[in-house]
Amino acid sequence: MIFLEFTAPQVDYVRLLPFLIVLGVACLGILVEAFVPRKARFVTQTALAILGLAAGLGATIWQWGDGGRGLADPASITGGVTGTVLVDGPVQCFWAILFGFGLIAAILFAERRAHAGASAFTPMAAAIPGSRLESEASEAGLVHSEVFPLALFSLSGMALLVATNDLLVLFVAVEVLSLPLYVLSGLARHRRLISQEAALKYFLLGAAASAILLFGVAFLFGYSGGFSYEKLAHAVSFSTMGDGILLAGMGLVAVGLLFKIGAVPFHSWVPDVYQGAPTPVTAFMSVCTKVAAVAGLLRLFYAGLGGMRWNWQPILAGVAILTIIVAAIIAINQTDVKRVLAYSSVAHAGFVLVPVVGAFTLQSGLPEGQAGSVASVMFYLVGYGLATIGCFTVIMLVRSQGREASSLDAWAGIGRRYPLFGVVMVIFLLSLAGIPLTAGFMGKLAAFMAAWRGGYWWLALVAVLGSIIAVFIYIRVIQVMFFREPAEGSDPVELVRPGVPAVIVLALCLIGTLGLGLVPGPLLDAFQAASSFLIPAGA
Amino acid sequence: MTSMYVILAVILFAIGLAGFLIRRNALVVFMCVELMLNAANLLFVAFSSHYGILDGQMAAFFVMVVAAAEVVIGLSIIVMIFRSRRSTSVDEVTELKG
Repeated sequence: MIFLEFTAPQVDYVRLLPFLIVLGVACLGILVEAFVPRKARFVTQTALAILGLAAGLGATIWQWGDGGRGLADPASITGGVTGTVLVDGPVQCFWAILFGFGLIAAILFAERRAHAGASAFTPMAAAIPGSRLESEASEAGLVHSEVFPLALFSLSGMALLVATNDLLVLFVAVEVLSLPLYVLSGLARHRRLISQEAALKYFLLGAAASAILLFGVAFLFGYSGGFSYEKLAHAVSFSTMGDGILLAGMGLVAVGLLFKIGAVPFHSWVPDVYQGAPTPVTAFMSVCTKVAAVAGLLRLFYAGLGGMRWNWQPILAGVAILTIIVAAIIAINQTDVKRVLAYSSVAHAGFVLVPVVGAFTLQSGLPEGQAGSVASVMFYLVGYGLATIGCFTVIMLVRSQGREASSLDAWAGIGRRYPLFGVVMVIFLLSLAGIPLTAGFMGKLAAFMAAWRGGYWWLALVAVLGSIIAVFIYIRVIQVMFFREPAEGSDPVELVRPGVPAVIVLALCLIGTLGLGLVPGPLLDAFQAASSFLIPAGA
Repeated sequence: MTSMYVILAVILFAIGLAGFLIRRNALVVFMCVELMLNAANLLFVAFSSHYGILDGQMAAFFVMVVAAAEVVIGLSIIVMIFRSRRSTSVDEVTELKG
């Protein structure tokens, strides 16, 4: 007979505040849909989302110091909902990164001028593409302002995934993260058939990946007899169950998370979805999903499966190498700028796995003033995110007959016709390529150094070689933009004047990319100071 | 005894995965995913009874709720595709390539 006992959990609401703000604002957004008049909805939702994310970001930074203080006294930091969510230094850093990029993406969602006064989203998702209903909805100026609450729900799932210390919550967070994204990727205004196809592909593959993740969670539960990472870490040392269950569980969970990161061989959805989804949504998910999934993977593998590191390090190293090389090679063949960037994003998934494999942390004896794996992963993701969002913003502006012209042929010579735009795009591309003086270079340097110090010098060497190959991805785009003449008789491509939101986003990304490239120290130090996972006693 | 349930769950999961890879109708593919989720549920409950705790059974409820939410999203996407193409075969949605 099992007796049911319920003890009220101790919840530290202040520590959870940033997450609660974002989730609360998302719920508020639903009410706005119901009660605010249609004409005022888009503006209201925009303001609400931006203010909410700014508040979440502010609350995270306000509490930033707490993580460091709590480290001195681990007993005081078992904050949040005891056990299932644990807010420590790395979590606060990842929250700041997530909400910061979420804020930039929300601003990008609001861009209307680039789309000739309409938003980037379809006026009526339920209407059949090309039907009368659709054109009537378009003329009536309807707009899906639900995109903002959807993005916020997705962000709160990401925030949960970053902070979770529990296998079941890990699964729920992955689903909360994904479900809104499936909808968002099917909402493009133009080329809706492609957009719907992207939504279907993303949904079917994503659902299968979550099922695989869940099956892995079930095995890990069977192995450790509980869901918390501490129990798992304890069981890795002392369990009497067979290792087969543990290895199966670890492998399946890794597959689920690597799918979200977009690493080879689980990358096949990335180019299709990135190309089909509305460009602001692509910018949002290419950055935020990757940040959240990498953070979730880090936490599970360091805090929960740290004792198994000799088993997972070589496998992840193989995945990283495969990802870098396969993505760099396939990207050369692409004929669409969005697809090129999608493969670039896959390649970056490989690069970011390099320091993860290195597993060089405070616990493993990190000297003062050197960035470990966790801090370098954070810095790398910031550099990658700034440049990627910047690139997608530029893509939004290159149009032909009112639609985005993202084929590489259409981009021929565009850098020479619009020099300012050309230079901005080149800076973002060079940052993605990892050329010195950009954030991307500092990120790669920190990341590879961490892997080197962690004993994976050969992986760091391969990654350096891989990044040299990957430079060709970006050189090719630059070459098309500046040194190729547009084909005769092709549609004229123009660069539309960006509205205020797009200008803000471009400026933020540009300042961030160059600023972090020139002065990386302060941010790297801040991440490093807060980069130690709290592994509760008993682990 | 638990090992029997584990084997059954693995078989169910394998059937689901095989169906996911082989079947061409988006609805059936989606049903196979649900089969995979339920295989995990069976595993949760089996291990829960093995340890004599309730955590796994509670997990099964979480999974059911999440699966229900997934059905809502999934069916609406599939219906959307069907309305614009008059077909739910995953072989016919091939505009994105490369």
